[in-house]
Amino acid sequence: MLERTLVQAVRDALYEEMERDDRVCVLGQDVGLKGGVFKATEGLQQRFGAQRVMDMPLAESSIAAVAQGLALEGFVPVAEMQFADYSYPAFNQIVNEIAKVRYRSNGDFSCPLVIRAPTGGGVRGALYHSQSPEAFYCHVPGLKVVLPSTPADAKGLLKAAIRDPDPIIFLEPKKLYRAERQDLAQGEAALQPLGAAAVVRQGAHLTAVTYGYMRAVTMQAAARLSPDGIEVEIIDLRTLRPWDVETCVRSIEQTGRVAVVYEANRTGGFGAEIAAELAERCFASLDAPVSRIASPDVPAMPFSPSLEHAFMLNPDKVADGLRRLARY
Amino acid sequence: MPEAKPLTPERVLEAYRTVLRARALDDRRFVLNRAGKLAFIISPRGHEVAQVAAITALQPGRDRFCLYYRNFAAALACGFTPEELMLAAFARAADPSSGGRQTPGNFGSRRRGIVIGSSTVGPQIPKAAGIGLALKWKGEGALCYVSFGEGATSQGDFHEGLNFAALHRCPVIFFCENNHWAISVPQSLQVAGPGVAERAAAYGIPGTRVPGDDFFAVHATVAKAAERARSGGGPTLIEAEVLRLQSHSTDDDQRAYRDPVELAAEALKDPIPRLRDALLQRGWLSPEIDQTMRDDVNREVERATEVAEAAPEPEPGSLGHHVYADA
Repeated sequence: MLERTLVQAVRDALYEEMERDDRVCVLGQDVGLKGGVFKATEGLQQRFGAQRVMDMPLAESSIAAVAQGLALEGFVPVAEMQFADYSYPAFNQIVNEIAKVRYRSNGDFSCPLVIRAPTGGGVRGALYHSQSPEAFYCHVPGLKVVLPSTPADAKGLLKAAIRDPDPIIFLEPKKLYRAERQDLAQGEAALQPLGAAAVVRQGAHLTAVTYGYMRAVTMQAAARLSPDGIEVEIIDLRTLRPWDVETCVRSIEQTGRVAVVYEANRTGGFGAEIAAELAERCFASLDAPVSRIASPDVPAMPFSPSLEHAFMLNPDKVADGLRRLARY
Repeated sequence: MPEAKPLTPERVLEAYRTVLRARALDDRRFVLNRAGKLAFIISPRGHEVAQVAAITALQPGRDRFCLYYRNFAAALACGFTPEELMLAAFARAADPSSGGRQTPGNFGSRRRGIVIGSSTVGPQIPKAAGIGLALKWKGEGALCYVSFGEGATSQGDFHEGLNFAALHRCPVIFFCENNHWAISVPQSLQVAGPGVAERAAAYGIPGTRVPGDDFFAVHATVAKAAERARSGGGPTLIEAEVLRLQSHSTDDDQRAYRDPVELAAEALKDPIPRLRDALLQRGWLSPEIDQTMRDDVNREVERATEVAEAAPEPEPGSLGHHVYADA
């Protein structure tokens, strides 16, 4: 067992999967000698060589397209987009091409690859280094979307993503890259199944469904409600598509109240989809409207600390939202 | 490394038959379209000779092909049968490309190395660069051929694909079928500079312009690019100048935006009679053999149409199949 941060866990997953399967390769901007801007690929090129760990031209569409070409020929590429915001120039390749290969060829072709990208804010990254684009990718049948919040989940889910036969968008909350350390299992023991949520806090009074960095924020918010006798059950989805509806439904049937806490803009965010699905599934169990606690509808957090603070959800804001829901 | 097959008279006549097949199928598709039986056609009319000449210089079964939506004749040259293309035109379940999911023209067949196409313009270009990289890693001497119109050279993906393939000397042939029209937008409003071939210089790779109605010139140009690709020399950009003798698609009418005098003049430059004359002059073809081939092809088209029209449509219950691996 080794103590690892989330970004080290990502690197460990890549290392182990490259050791296990020589078809696995890494490509992206700065992933080689530099080891990635966040060091997620540190040392991989030294170990596996410049072919399997390839620095790409600064052209995101071609990063996705080249990864697709490699996947179509039987390799298992893990492409890095330096920030999730920078995946947009590759949007057509991801959404129109990669996601639909299997469907539009009637199953004749498949495109198993992983696109990794740091997501979310809170690191003074401003507009183009702080966005949460998961709703765009969750909207697309054919893609799977994973968004872990702990080192163990990041390692286990990335390993599973690399082995999965479908294309996967793997979003890593950059705010959590170095937030905590965990002892990590190695090899097969580290694997985590895609599509399974985790109940990360038990509570009888209301359910908070969340993912990514908001798991930590919601945990802190829940601790503030506890002295008032409000116990929040917290579910970390871990995979957004497919997402684990059943675990959420079981919890809501016990608590009768649910809030979805997500860092993306409120309107059309993936939390809106979660809220709609749970409202439909749990109507008879609900004692209050399904509630969304999300970021305001501005294009991610601006650079100024005061504006960043105004944008970001924090334990106070989430606690307020949860308290309102509890009192409804 | 297996040598490229020499261009024997038999192979040229087989290519000519493929060209005739493409034209006869296209004629039939338009009849069926006017009869309300086919919804949507993208015609290769004017491109057929260039397409078949290019593929004849390559090795279907070994090489990879990223075709675009006007590559109806190229698909035949890669091994699609008239029946299969008619199944796609009718959107039947047995359409080998997509089972009736995509518009006809998005060709794909894994066993034939034809990478499934799509309707957006140009995404296959950097994809082909990635396939070329994989083929280079495999070291089996195969190459990836990717074709597109000149409109696609306005896309960022064109430049990203050429840049990457040139950087890594990927075995890729970039084949532009320049018919000078991107739907209604002429080349003068689409392509800055003298043309497409010159753009290769910016990426440090050879760029060649070739008359697309000259079967032998196109074949020789592609064969040379193939040799370069297979021997590790890297990619080549080829610009074949062709005519668009039909509108962009059956949803378009080019008479609304093209000069009727120019259209009439182009109709007289149909590349198929030119190829026939070249074969007659070489003594490889006689008027009698030509007629026999045309009769054979027409019978094939007749049969293909009957089979495809009678073939079942996809089951509605299959709508959700093949979204993910397990469904």
